[in-house]
Amino acid sequence: MSGMTSGGHRGLVMDEPLLFELDGGGRSGVDLPEPEGRTPKLGGVRPRQAIGLPGVSEPEVIRHFTRLSQKNYAIDSGLYPLGSCTMKHNPRLNEKVVRLPGFAMAHPLQPQATAQGCLELIATLAHWLTTLTGMQGVAMSPAAGAHGEFAGLMCIRAALTARGDARRRILVPESAHGTNPATAALCDYRVNTVPCDARGRVDLAAFERALDDDVAALMLTNPNTCGLFETDIMTISGMLHSAGAFLYADGANFNAIVGRVRPGDLGVDAMHINLHKTFSTPHGGGGPGSGPVVLCEELLPFAPLPRIKADGDDWQLIERDSDGRAFGRLRAFHGQMGMFVRALAYMMSHGADGLRQVAEDAVLNANYVLARLSGAYNAPFPGPCMHECLFDDRNLKDTGISTLDIAKAMIDEGYHPMTMYFPLIVHGAMLIEPTETESRQSIDRFCDVMVHLADEARKGNQELFHSAPRFAPWKRLDETAAARRPVLTWTPDTT
Amino acid sequence: MRYLPLTDTDRAAMLEVVGARSIDDLYGDVPQDVWCEELLDLPLHQGEIEVERALSAMAEKNLHGGNAPFFLGCGAYRHHVPAAVDALIQRGEFLTSYTPYQPEISQGTLQMLFEFQTMVAMLTGMEVANASMYDGASAAAEAVLMASRVTRRRRAVVSGGLHPHYRDTVSTYVRHADLEVVTLPMAVQEADLESQIDGSTACVVVQIPDIFGRLHDFSALADACHRAGALLVVAVNEVVSLGLLTPPGDMGADIVVCEGQSLGNSLGFGGPYVGLFATRKRHVRQMPGRLAGETVDADGRRGWVLTLSTREQHIRREKATSNICTNSGLCALAFTIHLALLGEHGLARLAALNHEAAQRTMERLIAINGVSTPNDGFFNEFTIELPGPAAEVVDQLAERGILGGVPLSRFEPANGALANLMLVAATELTTTGEIDALAGALQEILS
Repeated sequence: MSGMTSGGHRGLVMDEPLLFELDGGGRSGVDLPEPEGRTPKLGGVRPRQAIGLPGVSEPEVIRHFTRLSQKNYAIDSGLYPLGSCTMKHNPRLNEKVVRLPGFAMAHPLQPQATAQGCLELIATLAHWLTTLTGMQGVAMSPAAGAHGEFAGLMCIRAALTARGDARRRILVPESAHGTNPATAALCDYRVNTVPCDARGRVDLAAFERALDDDVAALMLTNPNTCGLFETDIMTISGMLHSAGAFLYADGANFNAIVGRVRPGDLGVDAMHINLHKTFSTPHGGGGPGSGPVVLCEELLPFAPLPRIKADGDDWQLIERDSDGRAFGRLRAFHGQMGMFVRALAYMMSHGADGLRQVAEDAVLNANYVLARLSGAYNAPFPGPCMHECLFDDRNLKDTGISTLDIAKAMIDEGYHPMTMYFPLIVHGAMLIEPTETESRQSIDRFCDVMVHLADEARKGNQELFHSAPRFAPWKRLDETAAARRPVLTWTPDTT
Repeated sequence: MRYLPLTDTDRAAMLEVVGARSIDDLYGDVPQDVWCEELLDLPLHQGEIEVERALSAMAEKNLHGGNAPFFLGCGAYRHHVPAAVDALIQRGEFLTSYTPYQPEISQGTLQMLFEFQTMVAMLTGMEVANASMYDGASAAAEAVLMASRVTRRRRAVVSGGLHPHYRDTVSTYVRHADLEVVTLPMAVQEADLESQIDGSTACVVVQIPDIFGRLHDFSALADACHRAGALLVVAVNEVVSLGLLTPPGDMGADIVVCEGQSLGNSLGFGGPYVGLFATRKRHVRQMPGRLAGETVDADGRRGWVLTLSTREQHIRREKATSNICTNSGLCALAFTIHLALLGEHGLARLAALNHEAAQRTMERLIAINGVSTPNDGFFNEFTIELPGPAAEVVDQLAERGILGGVPLSRFEPANGALANLMLVAATELTTTGEIDALAGALQEILS
């Protein structure tokens, strides 16, 4: 449908067809040399016929993707308060250095003597990560947080097997990310959910009841997804270790404590670090992430391959362990090198002093939001919070306005919504993480908008909310219809 | 600090609003005996000049595809990436956005993913594709788990032609899945796969081109799988080959996984890459990973959303089809832009240029005394057999500043049959000068 204008564009918001609908027949956006016309040597496989790809010139491609980009919200355009996602500024120096040919054009299987700079970079980043976390070592290859969880639990399972101790259960607090139970299932563990107490922390009594010699590990996010530090952490880790179990930490919220507390000092045995959160590698519309997992001494021998080891002044890539204890390989090559370069540039830019400031400013900004919004929205747990603050929908009761309505109205106000309906332990959750890279003025403007929306909700301004978003390039999209009759690819007859 | 906007004045004023005396008050929930009282033992902050200088010094220590004759492949390939790709993926609206969970303000990413899925389905000859996985190897592992869910069977047969790193990744993923993996040996003399298929087989996993660079038509194998109620999983670790070869879908594959690095993405010492994952429509609800689907908004306007999320961990938790929570978004974008620039004719031409470069390279190398090849067919890489250990030759080539190929013994040092084999790749970037340099050096080393 063309909307309000004859051609479908609306000012700077351009209506853009699918690439396939731009097909200009024989056009191309590249000029490659003419092949010699040799006879193919395909060993009995037939050459393929038509593929169906569109033909488009470079200017059309540039315009197409530029127009698409303009339909995205981004950190570069505004505050992105997604709780537990740590949408902080992505420095452009990091983008520059990752493109240095010595990194960008290095091949994962070239002789190690010719890739010493790459190995040095990975080893240097590993040193920063183990120092910041107070852990013994780190497996660098996991491709994302969930991949790091997989690596951590595989190490735990291997260590328990080596002890001759076949345990069957993983404990997961009810406020945990969905990846935690999904990862436990991938390692064939049964998942037991541990409830939270009235303070938004792990219910210690329930935890104690659930803990026995069949428990392999607790997977704990700390600070947790209510934005709260688990005050009983030392008791929890002590109890786990006494019971012969491990403490796996989900490092999604490491940004709150980097440089202030080392997870190793809290009794953590394994923790993945989302480089795309705490260390600012770009989220890129959903990935790629990077999830190195730091490990304690007992788990380290079971870490996946490959590993990097110092050999005098040289670096060595170990692709096969001598004692056969490594649990295996997680992916084709050594790790998300492009993310490693960016993360190290970020860490070196901040230094030990700047990283500590990162945590402190992130925590201060979140507490400032908590203080400013606590009248307008209901905070189910008292502060101080860590790097994110949680509200529920109690103040919206009887207004006919839901958390989702607030979120869609935020879009009209120029903000990406906060994380909503997560964690599951409060009703209509709104989880706000401003990050340290927002100025006070930016946060004040955001809080003014949030207070205004709460006021409008209480005034009963249903129209404002139920028609939202009105100013986004699209109105609310029908997700039910999309799932009922999935159209997952373009075909000529869908237009 | 250039990335931190708060000033000390801001901090003091904000603490007052919060009602805290100092930042330490806000960390009051953290047991005080574990606070880091001192800065950790790491360097202090640095400016752009210092950081760039330090990282450039590391980068300059490497030999790479830009400063050395280069013949490495084996799952990661040196290709030309058009300038427009990098310019577009650095647009902040793509680079610095999150997963498109709010479709009204994420249509750029969503429409791109829909285009990506369509292109992947077209390339592989399949009906549906997801929004990408971490890489080709993890996609292969997820394919085996998916085949087991679809067939409710617990045995996977893995060809000896599968990349050893893919094979190892598969065995890691299925370690605790109560799934038996039968892996045939990595050998030039191929074992018979069909005889391994029985009524308990969930899938057979093969690769094209295989680890030796050879090509196979899997149509008969697909029929054998289907007769036994098993699925055929085909891995492709050089996506450009799909511009020249009959796609796995046309051979009867049920799941196709592919490493997409070659389009739009740099070698980058192994990552991040982009795993392609495609299957038949009837299996879509067992697929891992994100999916973008078409719908309409409240005005009836066409748009896209993430869909069929009830397969995924954030909804289904321990019952999800996978624990994956990201995709290779930015790499998938680069892939899509590169393929958009190539188009139908550009991809076919690129594939032909690769195949011809490999033919030229092979002709020069097997003309050297003592060098032969077991390959009848190949795409852009092939195996050569040397008179002595390939690993030593590769090191000697590196000493001469040439990145000559991958010694297959790297994967199985104890397998004597692989000792003298080297996998050599050539692409549209391979020059006559590079081929001369490799052939000349090899001749010298072997004489």
